[in-house]
Amino acid sequence: MTDFVVENRLFDPAEALPRGELAALQAARLVETVARAQAVPFYREAFARAGVDPASVRGLDDLARLPFTVKDDMRAAYPLGLLAVPRARIARVHGSSGTTGLPTFVAYTRRDLDTWAGLVARFLTAGGLRPEHLVHVAFGYGLFTGGFGLHAGIERVGAGVVPSGGGNTPRQVLLLRDLAADALICTPSYALHLAEVVREAGLGPSDLRLRLGHFGGEPWTEELRQALERELGILAFNNYGLSEVIGPGVSGECAARRGMHVAEDHFLVECLHPETLRPVPDGEVGELCFTSLTKEAMPVIRYRTRDLAALDRSPCPCGRTGARMGRVVGRSDDMLIIRGVNVFPSQVEEALLRVEGTAPHYLIEVSRPGALDEATVKVEVRPADFSDEMRRLVALRDRIDREIQAVTGVRMTVELVAPGSIERSAGKATRVVDRRPPGAR
Amino acid sequence: MKIRQLSLFLENRPGQLRVPCKVLGDAGIDILTMSLADTQQFGILRLIVKDWQRAKQVLEAAGQVVNVTDLLALDVPDHAGGLASVLEVFERTGLGVEYMYAFGLRQRGKSATLLFRLEDPEGAQVKLASAGVALVSAEELFRRAAA
Ligand SMILES: [Zn+2]
Repeated sequence: MTDFVVENRLFDPAEALPRGELAALQAARLVETVARAQAVPFYREAFARAGVDPASVRGLDDLARLPFTVKDDMRAAYPLGLLAVPRARIARVHGSSGTTGLPTFVAYTRRDLDTWAGLVARFLTAGGLRPEHLVHVAFGYGLFTGGFGLHAGIERVGAGVVPSGGGNTPRQVLLLRDLAADALICTPSYALHLAEVVREAGLGPSDLRLRLGHFGGEPWTEELRQALERELGILAFNNYGLSEVIGPGVSGECAARRGMHVAEDHFLVECLHPETLRPVPDGEVGELCFTSLTKEAMPVIRYRTRDLAALDRSPCPCGRTGARMGRVVGRSDDMLIIRGVNVFPSQVEEALLRVEGTAPHYLIEVSRPGALDEATVKVEVRPADFSDEMRRLVALRDRIDREIQAVTGVRMTVELVAPGSIERSAGKATRVVDRRPPGAR
Repeated sequence: MKIRQLSLFLENRPGQLRVPCKVLGDAGIDILTMSLADTQQFGILRLIVKDWQRAKQVLEAAGQVVNVTDLLALDVPDHAGGLASVLEVFERTGLGVEYMYAFGLRQRGKSATLLFRLEDPEGAQVKLASAGVALVSAEELFRRAAA
């Protein structure tokens, strides 16, 4: 673990706006956003269907009346049907890879890009990044919002960038060592892979200068944070965002690391029950729903993220007033229902980390050979856990077995597999293969 | 006096055993003896080779997980009850046997060399020496095998 300490520092005074002033600003911006969205045929029709006269929207109390937007609406508007400004005002286009078929595109005006860089700079500053630091970005540069989004935010902070991009892990390790970056930016699963390659190269935290990691782009656990901090000798911070809303920068952790402060002056956040779509009480997990307040090119109204997390609106010692969202515990569409029990891949990861001490690679396979669901978890054996004695391997497997059952409440078959046999990815890791017929999931 | 043993993790699917054997073969490393322990899901391949450091290197370079453990080689009298007499010494001196290789480097009528994985190889060496049981060194083992 690093002895590096992060001092609390605001990038933008707006982060600590008193709640009363923040609410007034949000109300005014919501009215503007609703008006701006009327340039988009999709929103005009959605408002008409919901029976909402845009001119009647006067404040935050009206939010609950507004229609929702979902990922399928974005797909249906392919390629740029949700654009609210003339094409000539597009400054950049990003996209999210569709797991099936076409990507969905998001557009930014010059001002949107400026807003975005400022939001990324907020969470980087909150998590200790300073102008004198050098930052290694291992996110892919391209349509994906990670690379260019973080890059602009780092420059906004005034820090230096090594735009390494994705892939070629041994080369990344060489750059980390030789250029001695202070901070690492990538997905948490890629950070784990990097840590393994560092170890395989016979290197350790003392060979690297890294002190900070800002990880996002996929859900991860507290256990993985501890493993990354130990293996890389860093303080690791969580950040959150999605391209449909703006990209990374929607929320990020402060030095207290008790949840990610949502940039509420730019986004309204709701936490809703996934079925009733009614707000859940603070502290309870629900589906996050965002409404943009300042975006020009593609405003979003009540975008249902499918990400499940809890909100905490209690004051934070850091002085930031934005609500804090907890870790994303799963996606309402990633949630597996195994023999009637809700299971998230993150729970399996948590169980594995309890057993192994450091994060292993795993893959959950679900099938229904007969009437009942069967789940198998493939877990790679780490060299440190391997023994010549069968009973130790069997004991290891049984321990994993018990932990998974304790955490998820579901019995899964644990299969030990050879190291490196589960595919690594620089993007979002594949954690689940569901072989059940689509109607049976 | 210890003999180094390499253990490899194997998934229980076709072709898993062939990979390490081919890697060693390509590197010109002879396997003196091997044993395989397996469950329905996975197995452990245990190997005795002369140049164990190089074998470990090439196997790891090929992506195998390799564990090194110490075995003890013993000469057991080559007559009925020979093995029982050695096991009796183990029992008397409180030595636990994890597993053994029933591998016959045999000098007919005199002795057979057996390999034992004991719980505590360090302590076992001392106990066996004081019980008058002769251990076979790695050099001697490979010399006999080559003869
Ligand atoms: Zn805070």
